[in-house]
Amino acid sequence: MIVAKRKPFEEIKDMLQGYKKVLNVGCGTCVAVCLAGGEKEVSVLNAEVDMARKLADDPIQIDGITVERQCDREYLALLDGKVGDYDAIMSMACGVGIQFLAERFPKTPVFPAVDTSGLAVNQAVGWYEERCRSCQSCVLAWTGGICPVTMCAKGLYNGPCGGTNQGNCEISPDQPCAWFMIYERLRDQGRLDHIKKIKAASDWLDQVPRTLIQPGYQKPEAAEAE
Amino acid sequence: MRLEYPSNVKIIRVPCTGKVDLMHLLRAIQKGADGVYCVGCLEGTCHYNEGNFRCRERVEHARTLLAEVGLEADRVRMYNLSSGEGPTFAAYAKEMTEHIKSLGPNPLGARDKE
Repeated sequence: MIVAKRKPFEEIKDMLQGYKKVLNVGCGTCVAVCLAGGEKEVSVLNAEVDMARKLADDPIQIDGITVERQCDREYLALLDGKVGDYDAIMSMACGVGIQFLAERFPKTPVFPAVDTSGLAVNQAVGWYEERCRSCQSCVLAWTGGICPVTMCAKGLYNGPCGGTNQGNCEISPDQPCAWFMIYERLRDQGRLDHIKKIKAASDWLDQVPRTLIQPGYQKPEAAEAE
Repeated sequence: MRLEYPSNVKIIRVPCTGKVDLMHLLRAIQKGADGVYCVGCLEGTCHYNEGNFRCRERVEHARTLLAEVGLEADRVRMYNLSSGEGPTFAAYAKEMTEHIKSLGPNPLGARDKE
């Protein structure tokens, strides 16, 4: 799932400086699950903003609403009649949701309340670990299901580097070396020969905004573009 | 045991301090309460294993948020005692009341009254 972290309060306060009526929009999907931007986090942030502004003798009206997802038009449509009443919108969704919200309401300033940190697994309540950098050239088949792009500090497709140190990475003794983990897993599976498969240099053209249309869903988009 | 404790303390009963939510604490201060404190069972004796620990974390979180906002973090506190300790309950109520009096009224509450 996409995980995010609430921005420092000072930064949020700065963004809202000068605005008197703000709608804080939460997202009920990934950021709600990772406890960063769901309904509850919207209430907490609103309470904080309300108190801080009252203390500064600069009261604000900050309302909250949480939509199912901010990355789908049909849910953003629910805000169409509401946004006009506000000076600004604050979004607690991931970077994707924030941009889609800003795109739908181009005349209203949209501010991010969270920093999106990546794609992560849930290790325990409130504890998330990154596992994927969405590089669009997955090599997990040959690396024993361990992603070298995410887990290696250098993101090496063909590792390890010279900094591997008895199973740990040179950046910290607490950071396991991804390529050592890959070696161990492949060895245990009897697939060590796979470690020798060389992944060709990544096509950095992939770094432009990517569009994905799943097979079988080409037509509606094609028709819309015409 | 006809114990007395300060009459300004309003008790909100919850099944376990693990039920206390961050928003309960924040909303109390936001609405003008001068202080809030949670009284949970002794650590390690929770019937649900970790209810009072969860409460302690939420109290700590609330304190951090209040400090960010510009209020005294110490308006929110956590106390622990066993259910048999009536006199300790009264003593904590007195301690918290005196502590809050030393901090003065919640500026948010004072604003609402103006």
